[in-house]
Amino acid sequence: MTTPIIPVMEQLEDIVYSRPAALAECSTHYCPGCTHGVAHRLVAEVIDELGIAERTIGVAPVGCAVFAYNYFKVDFAEAAHGRAPAMATGIKRVHPDNVVFTYQGDGDLASIGMAEITHTAARGENITVIFINNAIYGMTGGQMAPTTLPGQRTSSSPLGRDVEVMGMPLKMAEMLAGLPGAAYVARRSLHSAKEINRAKKAIRTAFEAQLAGMGFSMVELLSSCPTNWGLSAFDSLKWIEEHMIPYYPLGDYKVAEGIEALSKN
Amino acid sequence: MTKELLKGNEAIAEAAVRAGVEAYFGYPITPQTELLEYMARRMPELKRAFLQAESEVAAINMVYGAAAAGARVMTSSSSPGVSLMMEGISYIVASEVPCVLVDVMRGGPGLGNIAPSQADYFQIVKGGGHGDYRLIVLAPATVQEAIDLTYQSFDIAERYRTMVVILADGNIGQMMEPAELPPMHAANGGHNGQRASWALTGAKGRPHNVITSIYLVPEVEEQFNQKLQAKFRKIAENEIRYAEYATEDAEWLVVGFGTSGRVAQTAVKQARAKGIKAGLLRPISLWPYPEKRLAELANNVRGILVVEMNAGQMLEDVRLAVSGRAPVKFYGRMGGTVPLPDEVLDEIIRLTKESNS
Ligand SMILES: Cc1ncc(C[n+]2csc(CCOP(=O)(O)OP(=O)(O)O)c2C)c(N)n1
Repeated sequence: MTTPIIPVMEQLEDIVYSRPAALAECSTHYCPGCTHGVAHRLVAEVIDELGIAERTIGVAPVGCAVFAYNYFKVDFAEAAHGRAPAMATGIKRVHPDNVVFTYQGDGDLASIGMAEITHTAARGENITVIFINNAIYGMTGGQMAPTTLPGQRTSSSPLGRDVEVMGMPLKMAEMLAGLPGAAYVARRSLHSAKEINRAKKAIRTAFEAQLAGMGFSMVELLSSCPTNWGLSAFDSLKWIEEHMIPYYPLGDYKVAEGIEALSKN
Repeated sequence: MTKELLKGNEAIAEAAVRAGVEAYFGYPITPQTELLEYMARRMPELKRAFLQAESEVAAINMVYGAAAAGARVMTSSSSPGVSLMMEGISYIVASEVPCVLVDVMRGGPGLGNIAPSQADYFQIVKGGGHGDYRLIVLAPATVQEAIDLTYQSFDIAERYRTMVVILADGNIGQMMEPAELPPMHAANGGHNGQRASWALTGAKGRPHNVITSIYLVPEVEEQFNQKLQAKFRKIAENEIRYAEYATEDAEWLVVGFGTSGRVAQTAVKQARAKGIKAGLLRPISLWPYPEKRLAELANNVRGILVVEMNAGQMLEDVRLAVSGRAPVKFYGRMGGTVPLPDEVLDEIIRLTKESNS
């Protein structure tokens, strides 16, 4: 008998990286290089760390994340396009002790679902929103989103977004932060390891705000869509840094009193 | 128990409260607003959820969420508001979550007016939303019947995991009548305090639950549709409701639902006083439709008059059920007008003359 060259897991002394318990053991349908998977993982890690998997209920959008319920091992609903915040409201109002979050793309949240997200934030609904801003409609094949950058080419803005016709892209974090019901609103990016770590902290803070009953929390995540941007995975991350961040500055847009104390614990 | 003088909209609301409704989401629209206003006061009093949504679109999706979470939940609206709910209704039926919708119909199309109408029959009974689905549709003709049907509707919705619609018109909503309220159930009375096994409550000690309506593979979606159709067939077998008046020896049959049925009953009485052997079939479940009973009656009558507050919508179901067994005539008022018993009586007399000549 020969000794195995690759050590089996149990023999490793210190596991520094493994699948979060809240994430299902399967491969996803996301395209190579798409950061939806990174965002899923961060949410799952936070669910694990806070020990809330058994009382969390997620609401998936219509968009590329429509099958999010296959990847999280928590109760999940799949909402109509844009209506996840309304559905989450219905759930939270009858199960106030559960942790409820929506996971939405930019077409879902900032276009068709603008009324629902705005009023959910305005009510200070005690839910958490994970908002994936990839500047495009991914699922339907790369049409213009309300977040598509000026001049950005998409299948429905083939000459580039003309702001004379379509106006300027929407800055949702800034908009929603202006509402009194919002307790925590932040924008992060998934383009580098450092920013991913910062994104995770923000997601954790958002869930903690909900656990403390402080009201509406949202983390906007600048994300890549290599397939519909027509870029390689690597160039997509560079594109986030060079093109998206200047228009969508990272930072905390609303930090209600008491939030900072939460994250320190 | 004694009867009280109750307004239709408020009576429906209190009946739902007594049936154990745990959450209400809605948006103001005449002529159902008193229902929402009643809930705004009553639900918080009982520590149950009430929320005025930002739109009917939001309201129906809040209902979808609460229903997915296993709660007894309802919304109410009137015609234009119900139009806005159609996508959500389709999702709710496709996700097999139970809930109740009250549509207090008003004059249309368009903004129309706030007067009573029955012109949402097609929208509610035949579809309105996308895909092959059916709603269980119950149409009351009195405040008492509105109370009784609302009270039962949650059990029916939960039995089949689907949506029940109380299809009333502005008359039923606005009218005051003596009626008796049922006994008070605890909230969530339908499940004896236990959440349904499929409900979203947090995956504690069980695999995670999912409420969804997407089946990407056509064959799988077809299988799901077959399952839904089987459920609809079961509902069609078990949930047919109707009332009859003076049909035993009737030669002339009047068919009408809700307020039209009630007006028609007065006309039938008047016809009988004139020696015309008229009778009334008043469908209470509009889907499933009492087509068998109607076909039986059609075998024994010389003519049928359909009365509606629309341009002739249920008329199509009557014609299908009657299948040429007897001549079918129609009398309708539209735009928020209500037929008077005298008008219906004239139509019955005309029917007897035309068919005799
Ligand atoms: C009512 C309705 N309108 C349109 C669609 C088609 N549709 C599906 S996903 C989508 C856009 C999703 O884009 P986004 O929210 O940005 O999410 P992504 O796919 O990029 O993650 C659209 C328009 C739909 N399913 N329902």
